Amino acid sequence: MRNLTIVAGKEFRDGLRNRWVLAITLVFGLLAIGLAYFGAAASGQVGFTRVSTTIVSLSSLAVFLIPLIALMLAYDSIVGEDEQGTLLLLLTYPISRIEILAGKFLGHAAILGVSTLVGFGVAGAVIATFSSGAPLGEMAAALALFILSAMLLGWAFIGFAYLISISVTEKSKAAGIALVVWFTFVIVYDLALLGLLVGTGGKVGQGVFHYLLLLNPTDIFRIINLTFFEAARTQAGLASIGADAAFHPLILIGALVAWVIAPLSLALWIFRRREI
Amino acid sequence: MTRSVIEMRAVGKRFGKLAALKEIDFTLAEGEVVGMMGHNGAGKSTSMKVILGLIRPTSGQVSVFGHDPAGAEANQLRLRLGYLPENVQFYEQLTGFEVLSYFARLKRIGNKVVAPLLERVGLAPAMHRQVKTYSKGMRQRLGLAQALIGEPRLMLFDEPTVGLDPMATRDFYSMVDELRGRGVSVILCSHVLPGVERHIDRAVILGQGKMLASGTIDELRHSAKLPLVMRLRTSRSPDALAAALRGYGAVAGEARNGRVELQMPVAAKIPVLRLLMADSEVVDLDMEPPTLESLYAHFDGMIRESAGVESAVSATARATQGEPA
Repeated sequence: MRNLTIVAGKEFRDGLRNRWVLAITLVFGLLAIGLAYFGAAASGQVGFTRVSTTIVSLSSLAVFLIPLIALMLAYDSIVGEDEQGTLLLLLTYPISRIEILAGKFLGHAAILGVSTLVGFGVAGAVIATFSSGAPLGEMAAALALFILSAMLLGWAFIGFAYLISISVTEKSKAAGIALVVWFTFVIVYDLALLGLLVGTGGKVGQGVFHYLLLLNPTDIFRIINLTFFEAARTQAGLASIGADAAFHPLILIGALVAWVIAPLSLALWIFRRREI
Repeated sequence: MTRSVIEMRAVGKRFGKLAALKEIDFTLAEGEVVGMMGHNGAGKSTSMKVILGLIRPTSGQVSVFGHDPAGAEANQLRLRLGYLPENVQFYEQLTGFEVLSYFARLKRIGNKVVAPLLERVGLAPAMHRQVKTYSKGMRQRLGLAQALIGEPRLMLFDEPTVGLDPMATRDFYSMVDELRGRGVSVILCSHVLPGVERHIDRAVILGQGKMLASGTIDELRHSAKLPLVMRLRTSRSPDALAAALRGYGAVAGEARNGRVELQMPVAAKIPVLRLLMADSEVVDLDMEPPTLESLYAHFDGMIRESAGVESAVSATARATQGEPA
């Protein structure tokens, strides 16, 4: 437990020091406020729009951004230490491999968690102050759900990053694979599903299709934030099919949690078996 | 009777088809300093990793402080162990002080040991600077300080003097002497360790995963039968010197700039010296006992030769068998 907090503390302080926390917070905050203010520009007006619209457009942008940030944050966490020789050294210390990896995860998860919470939280407060209309309670719930799902999405991709970082021996290779993983989950998967849907003339059963969406954390994130806003469905594209499935939000959150646990556990398992 | 800190019995390690270690028998006593030498790929690093418990041997037994280094008590062992890896690059964005306090906390020791340790390796003036501003020698010193955390009873140094200037190398060796004085066991691992002879109790020479030789420098010199080299400044001709010293097994080289090089068995040193001292034509004299490096070259050359002979023999055998009668 002590080792866990030592490693996590170091990672988090590294994140503060090299401005990761600041940068991610600013990106998220400005993105949210910018979208809220200019979101309606297409319809000829500027000014804070409805929260529901803001969150829907925010989630469709965040779904690209969050996985990318998470992968960039953590892709070199093991392979980087391996290259510089500190991993070998750490392993001769009284610390287990599980503690090293879990400690790093706690640190990186905190970096991303704090940035998400502060960035989107402050933006939410600003929007709430200036926009009118939606009841405060409903808005806070929507924002809370958005922030929670954004954190889980980020953590899932930190898990992917570790999986990559542990499986390769060069940092540059890890970076390349991270890019491919990002591209696959964020873009290719949806395109492939669309292709499947169109190619089979819609013969794929609705049920099957809903579950196929659960096989991609980015789609789960989209569905979570769409189901909350009935009105926004028309703008939502593919994920609105998932929204129709009416998965209970708890099930969706659970699925996202599973996407955090699965890659991380797999990474731990590989790391424990790997010879140095 | 001193307790042995490390015991390796018939240790072998295979990576797939490659046999990285073959039948290594090695013991290290308390307070003993051993130099482990070998070229790249000789098995030094693998031996170290086995001792550190980072990899398990495929055959044989290892115990460190009486326990399996890769077993359940590994964490207890590691508190008593210091390791300096080869070419370690610490966290560049941290200061020397921060790096060391991170490792000190992982070794369950507070921050108060950090400043004295940095002082000890001569990094005190630079301890609040980021590691990325450090020179190669400073990084090596930081690694050394890291290995010294928690006053370990067993220290493993991998290429410790690479990148150190002569002064720092001297400081390092005097630190090794001091550690030995306190009963700490030390393994110095290197492919070349100039000037290490005076600081080690024993040398182990590895080659192609096998232990080629092990013993004190004198024992190794004895078994290698390497000649002692004497350089004379004299007006006498090499032939005359060779004739006079033939009885002692000495051989003379060509005269060059009024200097003659003599090679002789180590045992002939004193009688030959007596003779030369009595000779008024001998103006000056230099002596060079076989160095550890020449011993290493000798043992390493032997295994290469024997490997060469083996393959030559088998090639001949194949050729003979393949030839129609």
